[in-house]
Amino acid sequence: MRFTTLTLAAVFAAGIAQADAVAPGDVKFNEGAVEQSLTGMPGNAEEGFKIYASKQLGNCVACHEISSVDAQFPGDVGPMLDGAGERWTEAQLRGILVNSKMTFEGTVMPSYYRVDGFTRPGKVYTGKAADDSFGPLLSAQQIEDVVAYLSTLKDS
Amino acid sequence: MNFKAMSLISAVALALPTFGAADPVDDQLVINEDIEIVTKTTAAPHLEGHLDEVMSGWLFRSDSTRDMERDDFDNPGMIFAEQGAEIWNTADGTEGKSCADCHGAPEDMAGVRAVYPKWNEAAGEVRTLQMQINDCRENRMGAKAWGYDKGGSMPMEALLASVSRGLPVNVEIDGPAKETWEKGKEIYYTRYGQLELSCANCHEENYGNMIRADHLSQGQINGFPTYRLKNTKLNGSHSRFKGCIRDTRAETFNPGSPEFVALELYVASRGNGLSVEGPSVRN
Repeated sequence: MRFTTLTLAAVFAAGIAQADAVAPGDVKFNEGAVEQSLTGMPGNAEEGFKIYASKQLGNCVACHEISSVDAQFPGDVGPMLDGAGERWTEAQLRGILVNSKMTFEGTVMPSYYRVDGFTRPGKVYTGKAADDSFGPLLSAQQIEDVVAYLSTLKDS
Repeated sequence: MNFKAMSLISAVALALPTFGAADPVDDQLVINEDIEIVTKTTAAPHLEGHLDEVMSGWLFRSDSTRDMERDDFDNPGMIFAEQGAEIWNTADGTEGKSCADCHGAPEDMAGVRAVYPKWNEAAGEVRTLQMQINDCRENRMGAKAWGYDKGGSMPMEALLASVSRGLPVNVEIDGPAKETWEKGKEIYYTRYGQLELSCANCHEENYGNMIRADHLSQGQINGFPTYRLKNTKLNGSHSRFKGCIRDTRAETFNPGSPEFVALELYVASRGNGLSVEGPSVRN
């Protein structure tokens, strides 16, 4: 019951916060980290896990593995994320998701909340040029949700 | 406690198949118990600092997929090479000539696939094998050019690759071809699209690793054209390039474009020393 109320409150708050989300171009970095929540609110870890695991959303599992998650084909291009919530602060995790290149120079990891500076950006996976519908890979809320999820990974 | 124990079990269970699949296999390819294929060799000097050893994509595929390439009867790509042989012997165009009328048997073309793309002095450009075939069709046969990676192109390329199997890829990168080669190299290392991925990000820095269920190879093209089990047809290297760049969420290039001609020359040169292996079988 308490959980339901909390979830409801979070959903409600998220709806409000979405309107005042920090725009991709306005994110402030401090040595790779982003201190301020992009929505002004904590994210939802359960949603974050869905984004992590879904091919249509974050698709983090394409490159990363977490021991406790039974993903069918986890990739190993990126590091294991066991204990990521211990190794990194929320601000650092947020910074890595928004633009990993600010933390790891030259990393192959895409930037999930950035909209400029690309070479030949396309319209999703059509192979055609980007148009007015071009946006970041994840929304501000989705970034916060993944930050919340990764922060729960304490068991290294 | 229970949860921890479970995590540990799944960690071990997950780690094992990952380690098993991480590296290319150690295996020898001999086609029809006759043609020895070099699938691994010392990298060309121009790759110093990038790769020490070059490997055919064959070494990155499963046992059953690799086996299909050991015998022409098991290789679906060879059906297309046979179609290519029919086209080879059939007159076409206003001149009433077939390929065979000028070039003889397909086997007489052994070694040609291995040196393309190649500088064409008269045209003043680097040409892929398909461009050269179309030049023949239009200017010698009076026939219509084939679309890139389409129509007769794939069977004909499969035929010409098949008669060069076992010979080392040996494309020229110096002299007049150098400018095109440099352009191809630049494209290879450019991080395209919203995902900002270059060819090198996956195929030089991460070959042997997994992107989900995909075992990343070095992206060599010595085995093209390739019969893919995924789409059950022959695939040209330019079509594969197009798909790869599209998958970086980029505005891609088209088969036959100057960009892909340059990229084909560069990627082919990364496989100098590997055997021509097409038509190969991949997943």
